[in-house]
Amino acid sequence: MNTLFDKIWDSHVVSLIPDGPTQLYIDRLYCHEVTSPQAFDGLRARGIKCFRPEKIFCMPDHNTPTHDQDKPIEDPVSKRQVDSLERNAKEFGLNYFGMMHPKNGIIHVVGPERGLSLPGMTIVCGDSHTSTHGAVGAVAFGIGTSEVEMVLASQCILQQKPKSMRITVDGKLGKGVTAKDIALYLMMKITTSGATGYFIEYAGEAVRNLSMEGRLTLCNLSIEMGARGGFIAPDQVTFDYLKGREYAPKGEEWDKAVEYWKTLKSADDAVFDRELHFDAADIAPMITYGTNPGMGMPIDGTIPVPQCKALDYMGFTSGQSLLGHKIDYVFLGACTNGRIEDFRAFASLVKGHKKAPGVTAWLVPGSWMVDAQIREEGLDKVLEEAGFEIRQPGCSACLAMNDDKIPAGKYSVSTSNRNFEGRQGPGSRTLLASPLTAAAAAITGEVTDPRKFL
Amino acid sequence: MKQKFDIIESSCIPLPLENVDTDQIIPARFLKAVTRDEKFFGDNLFRDWRYKPDGSLNKDFVLNDPRYSGEILVAGKNFGSGSSREHAAWAIAGYGFRVVISSYFADIHRNNELNNFVLPVVVSEEFLAELFGSIEKDPATRVRVDVGAKTVTNLATGRTENFPLGEYKQYCLMNALDDIDYLLQQKSKIEDYEKKSK
Repeated sequence: MNTLFDKIWDSHVVSLIPDGPTQLYIDRLYCHEVTSPQAFDGLRARGIKCFRPEKIFCMPDHNTPTHDQDKPIEDPVSKRQVDSLERNAKEFGLNYFGMMHPKNGIIHVVGPERGLSLPGMTIVCGDSHTSTHGAVGAVAFGIGTSEVEMVLASQCILQQKPKSMRITVDGKLGKGVTAKDIALYLMMKITTSGATGYFIEYAGEAVRNLSMEGRLTLCNLSIEMGARGGFIAPDQVTFDYLKGREYAPKGEEWDKAVEYWKTLKSADDAVFDRELHFDAADIAPMITYGTNPGMGMPIDGTIPVPQCKALDYMGFTSGQSLLGHKIDYVFLGACTNGRIEDFRAFASLVKGHKKAPGVTAWLVPGSWMVDAQIREEGLDKVLEEAGFEIRQPGCSACLAMNDDKIPAGKYSVSTSNRNFEGRQGPGSRTLLASPLTAAAAAITGEVTDPRKFL
Repeated sequence: MKQKFDIIESSCIPLPLENVDTDQIIPARFLKAVTRDEKFFGDNLFRDWRYKPDGSLNKDFVLNDPRYSGEILVAGKNFGSGSSREHAAWAIAGYGFRVVISSYFADIHRNNELNNFVLPVVVSEEFLAELFGSIEKDPATRVRVDVGAKTVTNLATGRTENFPLGEYKQYCLMNALDDIDYLLQQKSKIEDYEKKSK
């Protein structure tokens, strides 16, 4: 007890159902176009309104093309889904940032960068990567469409309280090792179901030293360990990041908020249901070789599992090294690695080099705000000079609901979050890695240790 | 679809794979529907395992094996991991399954099944292994799930286990009520909470 998770959760309990779930109050609901239409249909079928429309923010991101967003979407089925979100937001009086709106982007990139996700909040969205928002010190988790409907109808959700887990990563990260590598390392260690039933608090020197972008990446991947969510207690990094953001409190309200946020931490004697400790020095740049994100290894390692369905799908053999393996695509982006720091890392590595011939690279900013920052910092020039083009924001090739599909049999080094069979397009083969490792692959045309260039 | 649960007795369809993620249950390209059309999702359940890239039936996949049928899907550990898409639960319901048996479910998917009146039954590794064995020996093996007693029985061996199900959800399932019906009755409590926490 006495964990930060308990504090935030318990302060949002509206009621407890005997031998049942908790009725939990939700401060922020995000809706995207894929998992919300049937929830709005549900409200209409029941003849009810949205209970607290001002707490709900909607934006399309999954279907949006990454080019020509000023023109109507070509795929009529995608267009219908995006249009239906706009119609529903209007009908129910919700905040809506449509395509080409300066505040549009991937919902998990936009929420924190606009100051909509704040410490101490409960945050949900019909999307498993809602865990991302935990980086600001919030309890944030993905839900299904029926649960979206619950929140639309009552601003509450019925949930069993998860167990608590603390993952402490002590020490300092080595050269070329990023937040993405920490997460892939943790998945390798505890598997993709290792944290099922738990909410994770990340702690330790290596976590504290992460920037807010790095923290967002780490928390984003909590679901890939099976956890509903993961969060980091707010600290000066959090406050500095949020200060001045559009929807963050201002003036006296800000001071009051920070005062409260400073109390948001686990007690020194807090007891967690499970505690895990890792040493940052043991973590190398990581890459995945299989068809779930737990099937990862250090980039200079050899495939540690026996021949299996996953390796057959990937066209790999047990014991093989991936270094030097030819790749066809590189994808930088997604709610995992589509932030400014990810573009800075990618640009810093490719600077002075050229994209390898035969590699198709998709660089997709997580939002228009990230896009503007890329241009402000002149990263666009560096990237163009090296032969890369920046596309328009959206989820893109992470799950290939738009046109950005990796063809069957092709290899893609991707900064996204899932290497499931067919995730990036039917038959696609995904190698998950950090922006640095993706950059190294993009200029060499093969799996390459990014430390060679640092 | 809201329907009352009591006792379900059926033969099973076995899927002895671990970590079956929701991208396999229903691939992302089928998520563009804007209605809850269970038949559409059911028709595309396990689409890329059921059909070959050229659109022909993959005869090796269990859903295409005429020896197996029934309302119960039996799956390996960590079923439903990955994406939160409720479409996966709609696809399972749309295909005609009412129960999924596994030794471990991913959290979000488990809730999604319950919210769609598909019952996730968590059994021990031993129960699961024995059940896979029974089905392999006799594809007509029947399983009985009693929601009132919270028990599951492999009728080939007689082995019975209790499965976890809170009283609240049990009541909802047996009376075809959903969480929204409940929450809509709680408005005054919610408003009290909002006043108190300002």
